[in-house]
Amino acid sequence: MTPSRLAAVLIAAAGLGFAAMPALAYTAYVSNEKGNSLTVIDSETLQVLTTMPVGQRPRGIMLTKDGKHVLICASDSNTVQVLDVEKRQIVAELPSGPDPELLNIHPSGSPVYVANEDDNLLTVIDLNTKEVLAEVEVGVEPEGVGVSPDGKTVVVTSETTNMAHFIDTETYEITDNVLVGTRPRFAEFTADGKHLWVTSEVAGTVSVIDAETRKIIKIIDFEIPGVQQIYIQPVGVRVTKDGTKAFVALGPANRVAVIDAKTFEVEDYLLVGKRVWQLAFTPDQKLLFATNGNSNDVSVIDVPSQKVTKSIPTGTAPWGVTISQE
Amino acid sequence: MAFHLPAGFPGRPKQTWGFLLIAGFLGFFLSGALVTVRADTNGEEAPKTVSDKPTLVPIGYVKQEVEEFIPLSRLNVKPDDLGIAGAEIALRDNNTTGKFTDQKFTLDVERVPVGEDAVAALRKLVAGGHHFVLVDAPADVLLQLSDSVKGQDVLLFNVSAPEVRLRQEDCRANVLHTAPDLAMLADALAQYLVWKKWQRWLVAKGVSPEDKQYLEAIRRSAKRFGATIVEERAYKATPGARRSDTGQQLIQLQMPVFTQGAPSYDVLIVADRGEIFGPYLPFRTWDPRPVAGTAGLRAVSWHPAHEQWGATQMQNRFQRFAHRFMLPLDHQAWIAVRAIGEAASRTKSGEYAPINAYIRGDKFDLAAFKGQKLTFRKWDGQLRQPIIIAGPELPVSTSPQQGFLHEHQEVDTLGIDAPESKCKLQ
Repeated sequence: MTPSRLAAVLIAAAGLGFAAMPALAYTAYVSNEKGNSLTVIDSETLQVLTTMPVGQRPRGIMLTKDGKHVLICASDSNTVQVLDVEKRQIVAELPSGPDPELLNIHPSGSPVYVANEDDNLLTVIDLNTKEVLAEVEVGVEPEGVGVSPDGKTVVVTSETTNMAHFIDTETYEITDNVLVGTRPRFAEFTADGKHLWVTSEVAGTVSVIDAETRKIIKIIDFEIPGVQQIYIQPVGVRVTKDGTKAFVALGPANRVAVIDAKTFEVEDYLLVGKRVWQLAFTPDQKLLFATNGNSNDVSVIDVPSQKVTKSIPTGTAPWGVTISQE
Repeated sequence: MAFHLPAGFPGRPKQTWGFLLIAGFLGFFLSGALVTVRADTNGEEAPKTVSDKPTLVPIGYVKQEVEEFIPLSRLNVKPDDLGIAGAEIALRDNNTTGKFTDQKFTLDVERVPVGEDAVAALRKLVAGGHHFVLVDAPADVLLQLSDSVKGQDVLLFNVSAPEVRLRQEDCRANVLHTAPDLAMLADALAQYLVWKKWQRWLVAKGVSPEDKQYLEAIRRSAKRFGATIVEERAYKATPGARRSDTGQQLIQLQMPVFTQGAPSYDVLIVADRGEIFGPYLPFRTWDPRPVAGTAGLRAVSWHPAHEQWGATQMQNRFQRFAHRFMLPLDHQAWIAVRAIGEAASRTKSGEYAPINAYIRGDKFDLAAFKGQKLTFRKWDGQLRQPIIIAGPELPVSTSPQQGFLHEHQEVDTLGIDAPESKCKLQ
């Protein structure tokens, strides 16, 4: 929260008493891949607060666990930038190695795991010392990075090898390799740590992997009337904290699929903007933001009603999105 | 197409005849010394530890050298390792995956000098245990090779020959084509021109049999997609020296005259596969018109500046490896080796029968930086793939274009579709 907004909240609280606290406003950060910029959005007013320049080709983006920084994969600058959310300034860079695309963070707040798409590596960086702790050799074109809630396992998907590699976060050794559908792009653990959801962009499927046995328990297919199968290309996936619903961004199919996360049945397809890439929930799980790379906007989905309620213009080619915890 | 080649071109020293490319990859393979790995699909058990002897998957490559004129532009001089470097980088990709699946891929290249026997080279590879062989050879040589191993456990990948007849009356059951044919390329270009509403075409045609094949494909595309050929004009000059001290003053006068007095047209289509005159036409036409076809705006399977759909990573790792740009033949060879790798990892096998069946089956798909899965057409063995429409320096578009509809897959609006196919695979 910016100092001015904090002041406004305090004044409001003082004047009206805590019963009249305004609805929580979160801040969404959207990376614009072609715009080389970051669009900052207020989740309550759904207005753009500011657009600021960042490194070249920003894609994967994630708020740090303490909420103080946003990490931005600036792929063509070959670095991960550290944005101070108070100052709204880039204050540091992480030695990510070449072409960082997606990253994730250990539940304890550090280290950071970065997929180096160009080098078949997962780079592990201590967020405090900014030192590289390890480089793990994985398959060809690593991209998606998922961290288990207990912090014991990090999973990397490799797009040309078509595997989810399970890596022990203590030893940095690969313990399991699970062959999934073609061009796996994103990996998301469920909050209970029991399942791992992996999207396969070219195969057009989502694999749900049992995190314990490391076996695929379900392959989810999609079928949209009037859309050829070949355009159904799953990328981003998010599962609600209570484990009931999953949302999958379907790329050029211009839809977000809503899936019953218990039965794995697809319940609905929500029409969003063009070429939908990534998704992020607000912490209260009431809203889901979806980045639309080809229509230069973010679609806001109301999670309880499963309706697209708003489209917010962004910079050019929005790709990643992360939302503050407060 | 003008490609600015980086320093060091034409790259690495010539591979000698029959040179084995295993050694370099052995080191690469052993560097990833992983103790415990497991590859799972749908609950099937796989070995938990890497054994001392991984499953071997040897891949062959027959390159029939041919006599060719040097190209008009020195930017387009063919690298000595054209195609082979694409196969090599795919082999690396396969072996990176092989670390986790306990499989090892090798590539053995047989270069056949002009006038020598490609069939003997293929027999040598087959005798050495190669079931999967890439072929970079003219159409007739490809057919000889196919016939020489008919009925054996050998699958050939045509990585270069674009002749339509290889997918039609001369199609073969033991050949899959990763190279697009002339019909696909012409359709891809035609769709873009029609989308652009440049539907009146003046055709400048060469007189060689190769040009005639291209012309037939252009005529077919015009008819399919609603373009009109306003006139076909033949350029009859015979090929001479590609460069001369006299320079290009004469060409500056010849090309406007050659294109003078044409009926009203939108775009000049060049059918000149041997580069006798086509590359001279852009910016020299009598009327100010764009040039497309075998010169100017072209339809290609790959372009060195193609960066969509993750292609940046492919271009980067190819350039680091080969010290030059990735060209269409490199990508066509990459696809063939990757198709073998993909089938081997999915079937957990190095054997001919399961790999061959998987590649041809419904489960096969390949990610190849084209924005959609690539598969093989069952009726003629042709790889289904979007085609890039490109100027010299940058891609302009990718076909199929929006609005050209197909009941199953829009990409099947490119080339010979099942109902019109004359191919009887045997």
